[in-house]
Amino acid sequence: MRNPLSDKIVEIKPSGIRKFFDIVSEMKDAISLGVGEPDFDTPWHIRDEGIYSLEKGKTFYTSNAGLKELRQEICNYYYRKQGVSYNPITETLVTVGGSEGIDMCLRSMLNPGEEVIIPTPCYVSYEPCTVMAGGVPVILPLKNENQFRLTAEELESAITDKTKILILAFPNNPTGAIMDKEDLEAIAEVIIKHDIFVLSDEIYSELTYSEKPHVSICSLPGMRERTIVINGFSKAYAMTGWRLGYALGPAEIIKQMTKLHQFAIMCAPTTSQYAAVEAIKNGDEDVAEMREAYNQRRRYLMHEFEEMGLPCFEPFGAFYVFPCIKEFGMTSEEFALKFLEDEKVAVVPGTAFGDCGEGFLRISYAYSIDDLKVAIGRLKNFVEKLREAK
Amino acid sequence: MREKILKAIEKNSRIDLKELAIMLGEDEIKVVNEIAAMEAEGIICGYHTLIDWDKTDIEKVSALIEVRVTPQRGQGFDSIAERIYKYPEVNSVYLISGGYDLLVSLEGKTLKEVSKFVSDKLSTLDTVLSTATHFILKKYKDHGSILDKKIVDERLKMTP
Repeated sequence: MRNPLSDKIVEIKPSGIRKFFDIVSEMKDAISLGVGEPDFDTPWHIRDEGIYSLEKGKTFYTSNAGLKELRQEICNYYYRKQGVSYNPITETLVTVGGSEGIDMCLRSMLNPGEEVIIPTPCYVSYEPCTVMAGGVPVILPLKNENQFRLTAEELESAITDKTKILILAFPNNPTGAIMDKEDLEAIAEVIIKHDIFVLSDEIYSELTYSEKPHVSICSLPGMRERTIVINGFSKAYAMTGWRLGYALGPAEIIKQMTKLHQFAIMCAPTTSQYAAVEAIKNGDEDVAEMREAYNQRRRYLMHEFEEMGLPCFEPFGAFYVFPCIKEFGMTSEEFALKFLEDEKVAVVPGTAFGDCGEGFLRISYAYSIDDLKVAIGRLKNFVEKLREAK
Repeated sequence: MREKILKAIEKNSRIDLKELAIMLGEDEIKVVNEIAAMEAEGIICGYHTLIDWDKTDIEKVSALIEVRVTPQRGQGFDSIAERIYKYPEVNSVYLISGGYDLLVSLEGKTLKEVSKFVSDKLSTLDTVLSTATHFILKKYKDHGSILDKKIVDERLKMTP
């Protein structure tokens, strides 16, 4: 029989998280700090809207780009938060989670051989999606000493005449890093100078804990026309399972993305879209409440790391901390495996998010404070034992 | 800071104050002083425990009683409310807008005891015009807590 598979797809490495997932799933009594989704349930009034839409029989397709009302609300929201106005008809696409938006965007924009700069550590899908879209991923390792922000110099050093897109994912998964307005201004200059585009993945934009709220690069002068914003409902409103995201950007790009989206999946789930209208219209208070809860846990973790002398830069976004474990002379994977075996706590090795995550762990605080306390108690124990053994 | 402290201790009055201070990013002494101040000002009125008595073998009956009263000149509803809330079996007394005036919640050991209280003590008060007693059959949620909630984390154990 002939080879049934695509060489290109076969060559793509499976996600680094997969291996750990399999091990953790086997261990019934393990506690996990490895989850990348909120521990909260979707607020009831949002679920209620979804249920109501089902009761009313709203079970048809929506238009390819999404419910008009939802697109309008998304645009209102970006105007409210970032002061940038988008056209709900031509510049907005409702997608199946942020993930689909990333895929559609890269496929709509890349020609064979064009390069995509991917600052790492980062979410696992940018690199394979770039490859699948025929582009060439250019991995740009970020540094702990810069608090995992992207600097203008780093960006400049990665740009070639083939560079087309920069992927900017802040607040960042897995590091929790954010980029302030000043940081963005510095890189915007380089972006404009070299005439490249930005895929700005802002899925964690509502979860920042510094004084100032998240700034989108699309709000900087000269950037709106070269930015595709990817965002969604999963993290802000605890709606991961609803699979709903969106893309905002220049009409000519959104038009191609919408075409592709139409052929790939028609439209995002209708029930989720109705629920999302309620979320984005009336969900601010829920977001504020969850943000405060995350922030309290974040402060708790930072304090505990300080107590145990585990170096960790203070992250101001998402719901992850990214402590450094280099002192123990083990790889991230070795550390995570041993920690899991000895203490039955699962964390994700930093290397699951790129080679430069070596020496770090991603710890999620999308857990109740009581769960965190138990897990951190075990981490403390583990770290002490390792230090004694040395 | 007050709102954040109140929100936290409203949910968990036994929270360790050192921990609370860390979580709020505040100084522990400040938090302790703030709580003491709020106790002195009567903002914090007590620290109670939410108990699901149904799960114990102690018999308890609770009821909500709608009370219609004649307000008294110069005192409105206050003095009649006071007469009612002084009974130790009375848990709460609220002045209510709508079809009746006071909502009284009370707890007794048996149905009979509660009925007796209503007929002997409450209805016989001069200013009470009428009462309607509603016995509570089951508590689903109380003080913001779902009483029978089973917390199961159904999320995948590891996701990117």
